[in-house]
Amino acid sequence: MSRTPITRRLFRWTDERLGASHFARKALDKIFPDHWSFMIGEIAMYCFVILIVTGVYLTFFFVPASDEVIYRGPYKALEGTTMSAAYASSLDISFEVRSGLVMRQMHHWAALIFMAALVVHLCRVFFTGAFRRPREINWIIGVTLLVTSIMNGFFGYSLLDDLLSGTGVRVGYSIALSIPVAGEYLAFLFFGGEFPNTEFITRFFVLHVLLLPAAIAGLLGAHLAILWRQKHTQFRGPGRTEDNIEGSHLWPSYAAKSIGLFFIVTAVIAALGGLAQINPVWLYGPYDPAQASAATAGSQPDWYVGWLDGALRIMPGWEIRVWGHTVANPFFPGAVLPGITFGLLYAWPFLERRFTKDRDAHNLLDRPRDAPVRSALGAATLSFYTILFIAGGNDVLASVFKVAPESITNLFRILIFVLPVIAFFVTRSACRSLARDKVHPFGGTVGSRVRRTATGGYELIDPHEDDKPKVGSVLATAETSPFRPPPPPD
Amino acid sequence: MGASTAAKRGAERPDGGAAEGMPAERRIAILLLAATAAALGLAGVYIAGGQPQAEGALLGISLGGIGMALILWARGLSTEGTVMGDRGTLAGEDEDVEAVEEAVEEITDEPGRRSVLKLFWVAGGALVLSAVFPIRSLGPAPGRALLTTAWRPGARLVDEEGRPVRVETLEVGGFLTAFPQDAEHAADSQVVVVRVADGEIRPRPGRENWSPQGYIAYSKICPHVGCPVGLYQQDTRELLCPCHQSTFDVLDGARPSFGPATRSLPQLPLSVDREGFLTAQADFDEPVGPGFWNRD
Repeated sequence: MSRTPITRRLFRWTDERLGASHFARKALDKIFPDHWSFMIGEIAMYCFVILIVTGVYLTFFFVPASDEVIYRGPYKALEGTTMSAAYASSLDISFEVRSGLVMRQMHHWAALIFMAALVVHLCRVFFTGAFRRPREINWIIGVTLLVTSIMNGFFGYSLLDDLLSGTGVRVGYSIALSIPVAGEYLAFLFFGGEFPNTEFITRFFVLHVLLLPAAIAGLLGAHLAILWRQKHTQFRGPGRTEDNIEGSHLWPSYAAKSIGLFFIVTAVIAALGGLAQINPVWLYGPYDPAQASAATAGSQPDWYVGWLDGALRIMPGWEIRVWGHTVANPFFPGAVLPGITFGLLYAWPFLERRFTKDRDAHNLLDRPRDAPVRSALGAATLSFYTILFIAGGNDVLASVFKVAPESITNLFRILIFVLPVIAFFVTRSACRSLARDKVHPFGGTVGSRVRRTATGGYELIDPHEDDKPKVGSVLATAETSPFRPPPPPD
Repeated sequence: MGASTAAKRGAERPDGGAAEGMPAERRIAILLLAATAAALGLAGVYIAGGQPQAEGALLGISLGGIGMALILWARGLSTEGTVMGDRGTLAGEDEDVEAVEEAVEEITDEPGRRSVLKLFWVAGGALVLSAVFPIRSLGPAPGRALLTTAWRPGARLVDEEGRPVRVETLEVGGFLTAFPQDAEHAADSQVVVVRVADGEIRPRPGRENWSPQGYIAYSKICPHVGCPVGLYQQDTRELLCPCHQSTFDVLDGARPSFGPATRSLPQLPLSVDREGFLTAQADFDEPVGPGFWNRD
């Protein structure tokens, strides 16, 4: 006698209590377009999951306190050193907690990859015009996710209270201090008084493990719910229109692929966490405000704040003194630049609409070449931030290329204005020529195809034949798949 | 690319992958068995005391095996190829929209109540304003904290181990970090003391007697963003901040000669007491560290 499988019994039990079958049927049949570039956002989401799991584990062992302790532990180089309880506990996590080091390094690698995936996803959305109506809300949520994630990365990096991170906190404090009018109060209220002090570690801990992760989780949930409601964009292709969507059903093929991607992302991060050393805080020593020199020479912050450090480095020594007051130098690269950066990002969908007068809803994506000016502006912007990022390593470059740091800095001060202009014009003309020639940049030249006619002669095949929608052939197999009944009406 | 994978899939489907030699099912099984072995090995490593590289590698193999098996599984499932569906519309029916709008507006339907409605905003605004005050508890008022340091007239200079600095402590060309005696932990008071040849210094007006016997002391906190100005290039008599490469000319009042710093390092007026110890004549005559609105 065959029994009903457990999955079925479980589903029946749930459905009788929650009435889930109608929603579940529609959800499992939901169509998600297949394109490799749509996976980048998923990589970010899966990194966030790994960050939560490894982060929760780390909180069991981390001591968010600046109380002074004397280190007694297996790392003999620091034996007997006075340090904060926070730094001592990160040494314990690294050396004494079994699997602690792998968890810590996975957490750090996941954060670096999370930020990278966020930025690449942002670029994908930008260069394909996916932010256009009706997706402006999700663009705004996405930019907010970027801002909160950068801040959370900075706070997490700062918690360990090693020599490098303490120097980073000092820089953050100085930027807050430089804000006109309110800067002194802002810095004292946020950091709990003059730097260095005993307050900020506890504060950053609450921000890093509670407030900002909750914000990120909430924003991510909203991001996905809106994506679900609006359905994903798709590239142009045969039979694809603004009103339909081509892809795989959520269940089982898309889900299996996506969960597979989750495992592979986690596998890569686990392998990095075990095999690739990251942020070896024991080498830097505890934070000492008088002692940063040896370690801070040739040290760079995590990559996602590198552009800010680069901006601090190449900003000329200018400040404004008015009516007996000072607008200090770090205000411009440290506060104005990120303000403009994120302000422009937030405003972009509305700015573009102003210039193009395009108020229509778009579900079909642009290729970068389809919008030469947008792509050119994007490339110019990327080159600007890339220069800032590289300038964050000007001392390293100076020692590698054996030139004075002054020369490197002066070079970057010129490149920061010249390269974006070049990037703009090169990208714009490349886009225009691609759009005209219809040759894929990585596809090479195809030659021409011929076909034998019925009479025995040859004729050239129109190379753009594939671009034309084949309504008759493809749509017929779409809505009515022989493998499943049509979905219930909405 | 799409066409080639589709062709591969087609070849695989009938018996699960004749084209590639090994059936997909067998490949999935191998991956899952490898993942199982790696996971059990991982448990073994923990029990044996843990080893970071082995833990990371085994965890990676275990997760990667499951991940690749899932993707192979998903490929085998794609028998129907892609499907196309209707997007539907986002905006609702006019009837629904109007019903919602009217329902929302019902709350202000009573004409007599409109005038009081504004008071909700007033009360709410006042509540928000009063809720700002607890934020004030987060930190002390800046007061004079940013304007002064722990240096007092006559305070002896001590090095990082707490030993007083004597007039013979440094050779010409040497440098060290010093704090005020009895306030060795005052981070805002740290100074870098450099000894140059007597007479080499070009003192600023009013500072002629601040650098006895070639000893000259500057605040060690970079006026840019506060890193310790910890590098001294003896040949050029320059102090260098390692964080953002601001450079200061020791002989010329620590004037910034390169980099983002806008101001000279504040100079601590030094003297030598009768017993030969270096002391401060007074506190700095300007705030140390990065700039702020009320600095001057």
